[in-house]
Formats: sequence, structure tokens, C-alpha cells
Amino acid sequence: MGVPGVEAAERAEPGGNGYVGRSLKRKEDPRLITGRAAYVDDMTLPRMLYAAIVRSPEAHARIVSIDTTAAREQPGVEAVFTGEDLTDLAAPCPMVWSPPGVEVHVPDHWPLARDKVGYVGQPVAVVLGHDKYGVVDAAEQVIVEYDPLPVVVDPESALEEGAPIIHDEFGTNKVFEWSLSGGDVEGAFRDADVVIERRVVNHRTAGAAIEPRGVLAEWRHGKLTLWTSTQIPHICRVILSIQLGLDEHNIRVVAPDVGGGFGSKLQVYGEEVLACWCARKLGRPVKWTATRSEEMATTHHGRDQIDYVRIGAKRDGTVTGIHAKIIQDCGAYHLIEGPVIPTFSACVMGGCYKFDAIQTDIVGVFTNKFTTDAIRGAGRPEATHMIELTMDELAAELDMDPLELRRKNFIDEFPSERPHGFIYDSGDYHGTLDRCLEMLDLEAFRREQAELRERGIYRGVGFSTYVEICGLGPSRALGPEGWGMQGGYFESAHVRVHPTGSITVYTGTSPHGQGHETGFAQIVADRLGVTPDAVDLIYGDTHTGPFGKNTYGSRSLAVGGEAIARAAEKVQDKAKRIVAHQLEAAPEDIELVGGRFQVRGSPDKAMTLAQVAGEAYIPADLPEGMEAGLDETCFYDPSNFVWPFGAHACISEVDVETGRVDVVRYIAVDDCGPAINPLLIDGQIHGGIVHALGQALYEQVVYDADGQLVTGTLVDYALPSAADVPNFDTDRTETPTPTNTLGVKGVGEAATIACSPAVVGSVLDALRPLGVTELNMPLTPMRVWQAIQEAEGRGGGPAETEQGRELGEQGGGAAGSGPTAPPEGGAS
Amino acid sequence: MIPVGFDYVAPQSLEDAIGALAEGGEEAKLLAGGHSLLPLMKLRLAAPTLLVDLRRVPGLTGIERQNGVFRIRAMTTHHQVATGGLGLASEAAATIADQQVRNRGTIGGSLAHGDTAADMPAVLLAYEGDVAARGPSGERTIPAAELFEDYLTTALAPDEVLTEVRLPSMDGYGFGYQKFNRRREDWAMVGACALVKKAPDGSCEDVRIGLTHMGSIPLRASAAEDALRGRGLDSDAIAGAAEQAAEGTGPPGDLNATPEYKRHLARVLCRRALEEAAGRA
Repeated sequence: MGVPGVEAAERAEPGGNGYVGRSLKRKEDPRLITGRAAYVDDMTLPRMLYAAIVRSPEAHARIVSIDTTAAREQPGVEAVFTGEDLTDLAAPCPMVWSPPGVEVHVPDHWPLARDKVGYVGQPVAVVLGHDKYGVVDAAEQVIVEYDPLPVVVDPESALEEGAPIIHDEFGTNKVFEWSLSGGDVEGAFRDADVVIERRVVNHRTAGAAIEPRGVLAEWRHGKLTLWTSTQIPHICRVILSIQLGLDEHNIRVVAPDVGGGFGSKLQVYGEEVLACWCARKLGRPVKWTATRSEEMATTHHGRDQIDYVRIGAKRDGTVTGIHAKIIQDCGAYHLIEGPVIPTFSACVMGGCYKFDAIQTDIVGVFTNKFTTDAIRGAGRPEATHMIELTMDELAAELDMDPLELRRKNFIDEFPSERPHGFIYDSGDYHGTLDRCLEMLDLEAFRREQAELRERGIYRGVGFSTYVEICGLGPSRALGPEGWGMQGGYFESAHVRVHPTGSITVYTGTSPHGQGHETGFAQIVADRLGVTPDAVDLIYGDTHTGPFGKNTYGSRSLAVGGEAIARAAEKVQDKAKRIVAHQLEAAPEDIELVGGRFQVRGSPDKAMTLAQVAGEAYIPADLPEGMEAGLDETCFYDPSNFVWPFGAHACISEVDVETGRVDVVRYIAVDDCGPAINPLLIDGQIHGGIVHALGQALYEQVVYDADGQLVTGTLVDYALPSAADVPNFDTDRTETPTPTNTLGVKGVGEAATIACSPAVVGSVLDALRPLGVTELNMPLTPMRVWQAIQEAEGRGGGPAETEQGRELGEQGGGAAGSGPTAPPEGGAS
Repeated sequence: MIPVGFDYVAPQSLEDAIGALAEGGEEAKLLAGGHSLLPLMKLRLAAPTLLVDLRRVPGLTGIERQNGVFRIRAMTTHHQVATGGLGLASEAAATIADQQVRNRGTIGGSLAHGDTAADMPAVLLAYEGDVAARGPSGERTIPAAELFEDYLTTALAPDEVLTEVRLPSMDGYGFGYQKFNRRREDWAMVGACALVKKAPDGSCEDVRIGLTHMGSIPLRASAAEDALRGRGLDSDAIAGAAEQAAEGTGPPGDLNATPEYKRHLARVLCRRALEEAAGRA
């Protein structure tokens, strides 16, 4: 309503064929935006106990003793458990990346610490009781004696000789080392006329979903049910099966409404298995919900790479090779796949350019911080960031227009086999950049920029032309014999037409805000000649539908949606055969037009899906040998990844007196193939930009030198709100992928992968006249001000280290004041 | 996000509220809008044993002007102050956090909390206003300059209720408010407010400058004021005065700003606030 081009689903024309491509309003929104969704914490079961977790205040220490006596005596407390009680677990928390021929150090990681702790917030004990408040009080009565060990928080320091070793059994803090390369890298740099080198710090960020993690576990008659706020219920069930030593048919995992994930719930956390273990041990349902503080400290973080990047080029701007060394801070322990994340950087280290040689060397490092793992973009934003900023520097060095440099090197023939072994499926990199520039009017901006500079106003424009890899993924490439992920990456779908013609679709994806209920319904509606309202989507429950691989890596549409389309087409084929039989025509002469299966050339001879379903479920007259029912399944494993791309431009203004950066305009032109629902794409693009804009300007997870988390609340972790971001000008081009029949690519991460170098580039463009040529994120006012001071030879005050930040004279952690400031006297 | 247990009363008169505070002792706290106290309690950084909620006490909201003074009752919300036509105080209140907080948070609560990073304390100081406090032995007036004692510490006794804020109307003064934060909803990294009165000859007859988050309590930029009072209000004079804005300050460093950067910001913001105020005077 009121939004041009947006249609209400209920007002759409009936009849099918044509819903795909329309901006239908989201079917799920009335429930989600009127407070009627049901999240895990909304659920209550009879005799349910609440859990509170005792967490380590030490970043690195031996546990000398744990005294739970006082906690057990607190009113309403049923039980207190420590790591020693959990010795009957069949396996520690698993990490599923094991590439062939590469040694990856995987320390035992138990839901409750045994003997030592490696990060602040590590669970040490759990208190269970009748009252949500009482268990938190009791948890404060658990007395843990720690023997502190030296702490290391900076990954480069952790690799140095003599650094404190976090896991003695490995004798090193190195987690793994591996390389992905292709082409003659040495030759490329030898032949280059110009080599640009940069050290780029891509700092640690949080997923910061609105709904914190939560679990509710029930053990009844030898069967376990876990409701959990997750993106991956099916994978969670496999892991619970392994850790608890239970058969999968005795485990049901349900992801109810999930309030955002952004990768942070692409995880199986210790608390999930812990709640299950406690429920089984006590024979009572157990619920635990993370507080925001727990969420900030112990829901996995993302990024945290230090990148050394080199680009070689000829004088004429022809790039020859790119080499990156990535130091990935893994934190103290692994969760399910943290160490593989920088490999996604390696996949796109060539960007959208014709590098003939590409090499990425990755080193993973243990530090006394919480685990890093996949957060929206997962490795790809880091790659885009270093490539695009280095391309800008290369242009500056060659005295070439940065867009001209990009265009000169764009890959322009597809499919394109890249030297590091990947095949870019389809693309039109000039096309998205052309459209972006049309929207921007660069010449007008350059005139305005020059005029404003005369008046001491510094504006700049930055660009990001990106390509990303998503639609995870071909199992052969990703699986045990490929990159070494111990799993398959197909997706499942089941389309069930009911006897009166309405439809239930089961998907193995597990949406948590994306709009699958709407977009998937559009796909099915077109294939079966019904309205999207007649299609209901069931997901997130391992007891319904086939085994699935869930939601992450921008895979839901390109893999899950394709599986649904294929299952729906199987149903359509069967329907056509039934119609042909009924109307005495050949199946190939039946066409679906305007919601009717009709005989080509004789549109009066037709049946609706409801009529077809009637025949299928009252099978008195089906074609010879046909089974009853109208119900089909598809397991789709893609043959390649998909490679979305686009061009983003950011205009920002820098207050050079204070260092404050304001984004004035942001333009995004993205290509994720043909749109199923443009409204959903815009939503993903808007959110994706804000996510990266947050990293570029505001957000940073900071640990001090003692490993204490300084940004433990949303006061200090500066998540931007709607008031802090500009409007976005978005548009699309549509270049289909040949990989799937829908032609679609993913879009959930695209804008996050694209955005940050455009923002930083715009600030560097604004400040280049002042001599500022390098800036690490986040571009806090102080950091920008300091860079200007340094460029102008004035020095910008005390330097800060990237890890283990030096704070000011007072040394406090609070940004502003507020909740983290100590309360002292005074009425309030 | 789960506070320690506490008792709660919502008395229907000021006398009962004072009585409840006195009985509750050191660990009793008044609850106004709750937007400072409740987050501290949820983080278990504050653990009062008794909350005395003022919401049922009559006569604690509203703004009236009497004899050149705005009398703002303590439970008047930031939103009401922001839309109350009070000049500088309204402009500052409009920048507090977000609309939801402004709808709940109160001017009395904010001043009694005494946060050096909050907006209203430095504004009160610049106005040279005062507050009325009522306790078991009656009412007293506390001038702005005596209200703030240290981080989150005020001159209010544990059994006193701040009932009213009094701001002179400052007729004839121009004002400027410059708040510097990272996000719109954040506390000020540094803030500067200015009130300027022009003499008939265009020179500066009077000037008041309040600084937010530049020490353990809100401060006046006295050196800058002295440098400007009686001088011209041209850009050079303002810039020269603003150079002294950070004198005598001891800003706390934090994640976002070193003390040096804060002093720099104070100078810049002071100049901008003075320009703004002089332009409106």
C-alpha cells in the first residue's frame, strides 16, 4: 500500500503464470510485525526449568576449583552441573572442515569448560531451577577459582616466538595454513611494472540479530525435542545425534520463528547440546535464553582478518596478478566451520578482473577471544574490501581513472574459467557499472565536489565493482574430497497438492526473515496455476519434509528455490498427464494458461489444479500404471556455484575538523539474475548495505589487552539505526545464470560483500587532497581526524593498537556513559 | 538483562514518596522514566533494594512561566521539554536518544542521575538555573553549580526528591547547541551549548558556555566565556575565545575518543555553538 509497484498478495490476479517477477508484499509480515510471531523464548512447557550459565571472567586461566555448594542451596535450584558432570557426552563440539592433506588443529571444545578457559564468557557451569530470576542469582553463588595464564589477543603477536600458547597440545597458536592459487604468480609479479601493496585490517564484527539465541529442550519417552533459534535445524540434529549418542529418529529439532541470524545462527552452540543433556539428565524441559550481554560475548563473531595484499600491473593498467596473505583470527576454540571462512575470501580474490595469476595464503590463529565464524558475506567482504581499495591505489599510482582501470580489466566473456579453478557462470560487469553511473552522474558530482572544496567542504565518491560466490553449493566441490566440508550441499523440496487443490511446500531451507514464504509461493504458483495464497510453506522442523541443508551462503533461492521449482514441475508433469488422460489429448499438448491446464488450440477443454487433484486422490480413472496422489520431492545439487555481481557507489562528506563522516548518497546496482520478487531483493540490498555500512563506519568488537570484551552492550557496540543511514538508490540488471532453471543467483549477502570499499573509498577520495591515502575501518571520527592530522604532519595523539586497544586516561570502556558506567550514589 | 530482586512502591503523594525513601535507606532509589536506572539494574551494575516510583505522585509534570523563569516539574518528559518552546533547553532535549526514550525519560530523572555525558546537566549549568529538592525536613533550592559533584553523584540527599527545575527565560539571548556523537541515539562524546546576549553595539554583553562529557561533571567553559564577554562577536573573536574552551577540563577517555581528541572537539563545538548563538542573538 502506498509503495509504487508493490502489490498485495491477496489482490494479485488469480490464475498463475506471471507471479514471478512481481513485488508481492510479504506473506509473513503481518505475523512478524504485529508481535504475533512465536520465538523460542515465547514457549513454555509444563515443569520447565530455566538455565543460567556461569561464564569465565578470565580470558585465559586454569580452573583450580569450582564450588557449587552455595548455588545448590539457593531457593528453587534443582541442579548445578560443571564440565566434570558432562563426561558422558559422546563427542566434543565438532568442527566440520577437514580439507584433504591439510592439518587443522581442532582443540577439544566442550559445552562446559574442562580444566581451563580460553576466552571471557566461556561456560563453566550451568544452574537449573524453577525461576528465571532465581537461577541468575544462584549462578552468582558459584565460586570458581582461576589461576590466570598470560593472554594473547592479537593474532600476529600470537604467531610470534614466545607467545603464550593457548592449547598446549599443539605447541603453537597456528590453527592451519593453506593456499589456493592458480596461474604463474611469481611470473606475474616479475613482469609487473607496478606493484601496489597494502596491509588491510578487517576488524571483528558481530552478527547482532535482534533475537538473541535461545533453546528449549524436552526429553519425553526416550525422544528429544529441541526448539532452537537457528538457521540450521537439520545440521543441528546430526550434530546432536553425534554428541548425545542418540539416533536421529529420536531427535526432533525445530527452528520456530527466528529473529534474524546473519550467519550467527549458522551454528550449533554448546548451549544447544547442553540444554538437551540437562533435559535428559533431569527428565524435565530446560530453557535457556541468551541475554544481550551473552549474545555479544558468546555468539560467534565475524571477519577479524589481517590482510597483506599485492596487486601487480602493467603501466597501461593491465593487471597481472594478485597475492593475498590472510591472517585469520579464529579465537580460542572452533565452532562448526570457522577456519573455512577465509577460504571464501580466496574464492573471490580475483574479483571481477582478468588476473591471470591468483594466490591466497591463509593462516588461522588461536587467540584468547571468542570464536569467529560465518557472518553475512563470510570472507567475501574481506576480499572485496582489499581488492577494491588496492585497485583504487593502483589507479592513483598509474594516474588513471579508477573506473577506467576497472573497465580495462573487467572479465567480459562468460563462462569464465579463472586461474584458481573456479568458473564464473555469467556476468555483465560493464552493464551494472553503466547503470550505476547513469544514476550517479559522475561528471556533475565532480563539478560539485570541486566547488565544495573551494568552500572547505570535503566530499568524495567511492566505488565497488564486485563479484561474489554463493548458492552453496556443488557438493563435489565443497565436500570431503573438495574443500573438505564434511557434508553435502544439495537442497530438498517437497511439493504436496492437497485433494482440493491447495498446496503445501516443504523446504529444507530454514528462513529467518528473508521472505521465503512469499517468494517460494510465487515460484510454485506459476508452475501449478494457482495464486501464491494457495501455497503454504513449511520449514524449520526436522519432523516434516525431507532432510535439508538449511539457510546460509545465499543459497536459499539458487539451491532451495530451484529444488522447489523442480519438484513443482514434477507435479506439473503429472498433472498434465492426468489432464491429457481426462481430456483425451497428448500430455505434450497440455499447457498451463491463466490457472487452467488446457489443450493447446482448444482453450475450452481445460481443468483446474483442484480438478486434477480430485482425480489424483480419487484415483478411479488415472492413466494406466500411474500412482495416486499429487506429491513430489526433489533433491537438487547444483553443478556450479552462482556468481552475483554489481556496482556500488557511495558519496560521503567528511567534516575535516572533527573527522565525522556522513554518507550523503548511496547507489547500488546489483545483478542476481531474474527477480522472483523485486521487493524482497530490495530488502536484502538495503539490509546488506546497512550491515557493511555498520562495519565501515560504526561497529567493532573490541577486546582489551587482557582479553576483556569492551564492547559488551549495544551502547559500546555501535550498531547503526535507521536514523544513521541514508536512503538508498537501488536498481538491478538481470543476467541469468545457466546453472539453474530459474536463472537466479543469491542476494542475501551481495550488498554486504560490495559496500565497505565504496564507503572507505569515498572518504579517501574526499581526503586525498589532504594526503590521506589509507584508512582502516571502522572510520570513527577520531580515526579519520587522526589520519588527517598525521597527513598534515601534526600527529593525531596516542596511537592505538588494533587488538587490545589502548584506552584513554580513565581507561573506561564506555562509549559515552550509560549502562556500563559504574553506578555511584545519587537518586535516579 | 535480569536484575537482582527488589521491592517496589508507587506512593500517591510526595510526602509518602519521601517517607518511603527515608525508610528504604541508602539502597532505595527513585524511579522516574527509568531509562538510566533500569538498564543499570538489568546489567546488575545497580541493585537497589527498593524502587519508589513517582508516576502516581500528583503535580510533578508540566511547564509554566512565572516572573521570567520557566518552572519545569521534575517528571516532565524530554519530549515535553523538547516541544515546550524553551529555546536552548528544548533544542538540547530534542537530541536525547530516540523518540521512545524522550517519551519516557524525564528532566528531573536525568539531572538527578548526574551523568556528565547526558544533555541536560550542562544546559542547566549554562542557564545558571536551579532545582528544588524536597526531603523530610522541607524544601531547599540547589543552584546548578552546586548540584553536580562527581560521576553520577549529585548534592541530592538519598531521601530527597528533585521536584522542579527552574530555568531563567534568557530573553534576548541567542543559543546554540552542538552535540557530537557517533550515532544519533548516543550519549554525547562531547557537547557544547552556548547562550549569547548582544549589547546594542553588537558586542557580547553576556555569554554562557556549558560543556558535556568534558570531566566528571558538566562544566562551564569559563576561560572562553571571559575571552568573549565584552568583545565583538565576529568570527575571529569567537574562534579566539573557543580556542580556550578546553581549559580546565579533564575529559575521560573512552573507546571512541582520547582526552586529547575530546579537547579538540570541545574547541570546535564551542566555536560552532557560539557562532550559532551569536547568529540568533
